[in-house]
Amino acid sequence: MCPRKGAASSGGRIEFNWHNEDGCIVKSVLPVLTVVLAILGIWLLAVIPMNMHLVADQAQRDGVIVVPDEPAARQAFSGVGLTWHNPDLVPLAYNFVRPRLPSPQQVAGEMYETIFTKSITSKRSLVYHGWVTLAPTLLGFLIGTGLGVLLAVGIVYSRVMDRSVMPWAIVSQTIPILALAPMVIVVLGSVGIQGLFPKSLIAAYLSFFPVVVGMVKGLRSPSQMQLDLLRTYHASNTQGFWALRLPASLPYFFTSLKVGISASLVGTIVAELPTGARAGFGARMLVGDQYGQPLVSWAALFAAALTAAALVGLFNAIERITLRRMGMAAV
Amino acid sequence: MIYVILGVMIWAAGWVLNVQLANGLSSEQTSVKIAIPAIFGLTIVIVWELMVRGFEVNPVILPAPSSVLERLFGEGPILWADFQQTVLKGALIGYVVGTVAAFVVAIVADRSDFMTRGILPVGSFMAALPIVGTAPILVKWLGSDWESKAAVVALMVFFPILVNAVAGLKDTNSMQRDLMRTYAAGYWATLFKLRLPSAMPFIFNGLKIGTTLALIGAIVAEFFGSPTVGMGFRISTSFGQLALDMVWAEIVIAALAGSAFYGAMTWLEKKVTFWHPSQR
Repeated sequence: MCPRKGAASSGGRIEFNWHNEDGCIVKSVLPVLTVVLAILGIWLLAVIPMNMHLVADQAQRDGVIVVPDEPAARQAFSGVGLTWHNPDLVPLAYNFVRPRLPSPQQVAGEMYETIFTKSITSKRSLVYHGWVTLAPTLLGFLIGTGLGVLLAVGIVYSRVMDRSVMPWAIVSQTIPILALAPMVIVVLGSVGIQGLFPKSLIAAYLSFFPVVVGMVKGLRSPSQMQLDLLRTYHASNTQGFWALRLPASLPYFFTSLKVGISASLVGTIVAELPTGARAGFGARMLVGDQYGQPLVSWAALFAAALTAAALVGLFNAIERITLRRMGMAAV
Repeated sequence: MIYVILGVMIWAAGWVLNVQLANGLSSEQTSVKIAIPAIFGLTIVIVWELMVRGFEVNPVILPAPSSVLERLFGEGPILWADFQQTVLKGALIGYVVGTVAAFVVAIVADRSDFMTRGILPVGSFMAALPIVGTAPILVKWLGSDWESKAAVVALMVFFPILVNAVAGLKDTNSMQRDLMRTYAAGYWATLFKLRLPSAMPFIFNGLKIGTTLALIGAIVAEFFGSPTVGMGFRISTSFGQLALDMVWAEIVIAALAGSAFYGAMTWLEKKVTFWHPSQR
């Protein structure tokens, strides 16, 4: 089977893998395409009833005869019922200016326009907003990962730290800290800290604990036999770390990296959402919502999804190359 | 200044105590294993309190733990109402809806290998996406009461549980399935007696990931519109009034609720998957 089995992978999460050694990518293309097409189909069908009331109101203003012709009477109908009475309005539902649910081609068009046709310094360019979100994500992710690895090394080599910090590291993962991201931004903003740093702080925090937990597991993964072998070589603790523990921890490290980077990105976006940020994916999602430009929201949502996918895909590729070079089976 | 010195001393004392305990003879006892992190946590809270007093930190930036505690006990009815609105209505209902939907889709998809191979990559891809970003849209569609929060939560927990359930349902070997066939067990008997039980370790993985997501979804969605009750609503309005001790009190509640929810799932997992090697 294609994706890794969840229970076995560290962190207990199933991650998505595009491909596998056994040519899985080829075997999965058709099923994946089918599922994606099915989702698109449901979306396309849903567009009609979701927008029908708005479309009917607009059509009546434009002088088209709508059944029933009283707006109040139309409210009694469901979206499907209204469509049944006004089949000729269906094409309008797909090109409505301010839809409740935009059609896929509208979102794609908006994304194309804001990614490719705007200059990347423009406030309307999604590339610009993407970078505003991506920069703190990457910075925070680097900080969080670095500190996480350091703490993990400390935990593995110090009994006191293991006993006192590790339980809290595990518990902290069950706390919905992400929900507080906007507040952290505002608190830091009120003391004059703005820009890259507050968002990076949240991204760092969110990637920190998965890395700690994963790396502790990884650094402890060598068996007693392997550790004993190094002792018979008269290897020092430092040598043991560089020659055995660190290389052995790499598969765990990559797994936590992938968990961490998507957590970081989600954190930055949530941090941007209700804080009055003017730029970034989160800000775009909210602006589109508040100023009646649903297309802007949807385009930002999909762009954020693509960014997350690209980042995880990038780490997947690095993982495969590294592990193959090191002679470990690319799991 | 005296507070700061006292804080440093307490920190040092706590650390020395923990070093003694961790390297001592009784360090493998359960009571000591619990005591060490407890001492660590307590030291942090005390040092926090002393530092806030010592440096006279503005309570708008960081309130002292004592004032947070005061709020926790003083504002009981408000906190309880918020808890009901956000956790019991928004998070829990959404969690149940998302879980049931994921189970139904997983069992339907499981009937065909083709569907499974399609749903697994797409589902695990979706699980890595910032689904919480749909909160503004869903609040607009479903109104500002708990229904929209439950919808956000259901959408967020759906994919991790779906992927784990689909992967878990595949986790039987042909020997086990053949045995069921020799018993003349049909599809449903095999599903309930063999495949679902053996999928449980996977499913609980998804359920546990979902607990944290559920609370996050319910709280974040309230930032985009809510009735005048709810943890997310309270956090953002208390913040507007610069009542940071109230914000922290809600954080404590959220943390406790999150840990309790997770703990409950772990307990349930132990009961259901008692046969699994990791539980023995």
